[in-house]
Amino acid sequence: MVVPSSKLQDLIEEIRGAKTQAQEREVIQKECAHIRASFRDGDPLHRHRQLAKLLYVHMLGYPAHFGQMECLKLIASPRFTDKRVGYLGAMLLLDERQDAHLLITNSIKNDLSQGIQAVQGLALCTLSTVGSAEMCRDLATEVEKLLLQPGPYVRKKAVLTAVHIIRKVPELSNIFLPPCAQLLHERHHGVLLGTITLITELCERSPAALKHFRKVVPQLVQILWTLVTTGYSTEHSISGVSDPFLQVQILRLLRILGRNHEESSETMNDLLAQVATNTDTSRNAGNAVLFETVLTIMDIRSVAGLRVLAVNILGRFLLNSDKNIRYVALTSLLRVVQSDHSAVQRHRPTVVECLREPDASLSRRALELSLALVNSSNVRAMTQELQSFLESCPPDLRADCASGILLAAERFAPTKRWHIDTILRVLTMAGTHVRDDAVANLTQLIGGAQELHAYSVRRLYSALAEDISQQPLVQVAAWCIGEYGDLLLEGSCEETEPLQVEEEEVLALLEKVLQSHMSLPATRGYALTALMKLSTRLRGDNNRIRQVVSVYGSCLDVELQQRAVEYNALFQKYDYMRAAILEKMPLVERGGTQDEEAKESKEAQHSEAAVIPTEPQPCSFCPFPQTSKLLDLLDLLDGTSGAAQPPPPLEPSSEGTSVHLLDLPCVSPAPASIPNLKVFEREGLQLTLSFVRPPGTPALLLIMVTAINTSEADVTHFVCQAAVPKSFQLQLQAPSGDTVPAQGGLPMTQLLRILNPKKAPLRLKLRLTYNHFGQSVQEIFEVNNLPVETWQ
Amino acid sequence: MIKFFLMVNKQGQTRLSKYYEHVEINKRTLLETEVIKSCLSRSNEQCSFIEFKDFKLIYRQYAALFIVVGVNDTENEMAIYEFIHNFVEVLDEYFSRVVNNV
Repeated sequence: MVVPSSKLQDLIEEIRGAKTQAQEREVIQKECAHIRASFRDGDPLHRHRQLAKLLYVHMLGYPAHFGQMECLKLIASPRFTDKRVGYLGAMLLLDERQDAHLLITNSIKNDLSQGIQAVQGLALCTLSTVGSAEMCRDLATEVEKLLLQPGPYVRKKAVLTAVHIIRKVPELSNIFLPPCAQLLHERHHGVLLGTITLITELCERSPAALKHFRKVVPQLVQILWTLVTTGYSTEHSISGVSDPFLQVQILRLLRILGRNHEESSETMNDLLAQVATNTDTSRNAGNAVLFETVLTIMDIRSVAGLRVLAVNILGRFLLNSDKNIRYVALTSLLRVVQSDHSAVQRHRPTVVECLREPDASLSRRALELSLALVNSSNVRAMTQELQSFLESCPPDLRADCASGILLAAERFAPTKRWHIDTILRVLTMAGTHVRDDAVANLTQLIGGAQELHAYSVRRLYSALAEDISQQPLVQVAAWCIGEYGDLLLEGSCEETEPLQVEEEEVLALLEKVLQSHMSLPATRGYALTALMKLSTRLRGDNNRIRQVVSVYGSCLDVELQQRAVEYNALFQKYDYMRAAILEKMPLVERGGTQDEEAKESKEAQHSEAAVIPTEPQPCSFCPFPQTSKLLDLLDLLDGTSGAAQPPPPLEPSSEGTSVHLLDLPCVSPAPASIPNLKVFEREGLQLTLSFVRPPGTPALLLIMVTAINTSEADVTHFVCQAAVPKSFQLQLQAPSGDTVPAQGGLPMTQLLRILNPKKAPLRLKLRLTYNHFGQSVQEIFEVNNLPVETWQ
Repeated sequence: MIKFFLMVNKQGQTRLSKYYEHVEINKRTLLETEVIKSCLSRSNEQCSFIEFKDFKLIYRQYAALFIVVGVNDTENEMAIYEFIHNFVEVLDEYFSRVVNNV
């Protein structure tokens, strides 16, 4: 039952005739069934035709693995038509991952040693496409023999196979080193091109080969010279340039050989200059050669004149109307800008022109290059250009452009005011695309520029009044209005037009931000805090603010709710603290957002709201002047609950405490001993201070307060508090108890840790409250006669 | 290094494909449709080099047929552009009237 098999052409026509994807699949499946049947029957005559059809189907994307064994059979057949299709099938279907591919090794070996060029060519081709490491190792010597065969057809293929072998099995490179020198004398361009590729591959893989081939640089230069200077040769000319592919390849090899090598670079200089000036650039072929020449000049150790020539060529490319050439020029200028900055600067106007290209690849390159070209002298002009680009650029480039402008502004800003203006403009235009730390940077910048507070707050206020959708802008504006609201309301500022703003307007704006559905939760947090700060800055009464704050006390967002509750508490219970807490922030370090959080957690403790400690305070000492004011008892705590004192050391540094407790045992043995000091005595209650300076930390002083009661009545509710000057940092540990038992019972102890980085003279004030003999006693006194060793 | 060589028509049907690095069969069709999509969306004024994932595409249009070559960074784009034309010319010499019945 022989079904006449159709020819490949007929199949192709049938497939193309199919109108839909489903129809095409049907046709192909039917055909595949036929092919499978035919393979099973083992019809030798038409096998190659069936395989050819199968290969076509495979190229369209359909599975064809059942054809693998047929490839082997066809390769083994003596007929050339069979071998041809068989090898093609092997190249497409039998890659390394298939188990069957090793089976063709033997066939290839046989075919390589046959004398027939066409067959040898086929075998070499297949080996160079799918040869695995084992196959290459087996057949390397055969290939090497063929390298020196008389016929150029086989030699060319053998050279290309050698390239593949080296890629797969780099250890075999030394087999192929010796023939290269001889192959360079070729006249046949095909073989020559292959040889150059082989040498390039060898040099890229092994530094020893690189050194070896530096010797042939003069020869290469000679070859290229002849190519460039000989006249028109019909065989190799492409639009007037004689064999541009060979020229490009030689130039690439010269680049590799001349890199970091003075001598070779010198030999090449003349040649490169000649090529650069004499190549015909009216057609693409010439431009390709010129491009490669430029790349080579930039990479080797060329003379300065040559480099300038190269950059000028690139500049000329930029002015060319052909987009491809412009693209290529922009890419290479980008590579060059690091090393030859001044030369590239000359072409800045053209680069900026290219920003306006409608083509996305071109404008992206132009953007990168423009950003690289910004320096302190042209920063104003460049940012102007970049900002106009930002307005019109496609969305995927916006983020890069915005962050690029911000970075450039940071590095080269001529004045702070200009810097603030620029950031403002970027935020207004592309606010959603800027990086997250832009907000932090801007707040830090504004905070640092004291003289510009009024100016910035006005600008931000007007920007905010226009548009509250750009989140980073809103966040910065809210922060500024909160901090410098009083300056906003003052009415006059030299640098902007007079802007009359009423308190009500400001509050209304902030409330609008709070309520807008466009605001992110973080933005709302900023706005709420700003409102609170305004409660101390504005002169009117705070009813409106109080209202808003109490409303948000039941907000669904936990963060907002927590803030609102705390602020509420500030209004009600701790109103006297409000001014101190909401004072102007000191200049924060980079990483300002962390400090804001720290500030929040301190406030939270003082208003005794439900506290989720935001992050365990890494340093148990508080660096903020405001909050330390509260702990600084030189002007003592005004009669509030003593609860403020011990909790701060306990809460945030609960881990810290354990560290201290662990510290103590190692501290007690033998540091420099300082005499104890008796500081207080009244009716049998004695207070003694003992000092320890741990040797490892010179700024640290540990004071152990010991209270002993020699009277007949217990001392109860004993609380000891301490105060030190501002430059010190004090921490009180929990006392061992609050009762000092009578008649010399177990003394009560409490540990004070004082950090004195500046080694200033220590002053210590103590305040005691206790009940003794049925009376409550309060004593405040300063400790005199502190030994010098405690602070020096 | 050339990664692949494609001849695709405007409707997205592959006429010729050769891969020089191994790509799974099902991934190939996907790749080809994506490539042809990016090529088709370019207008005449735009340049012939597209940055696509981690390699570059260099394409040239002949009537209704696109010839696309995917290369990595080390290649000279303009030389490849010239090479595509050389290829078409060779086909034209060897088989007459090449870009006809597409």
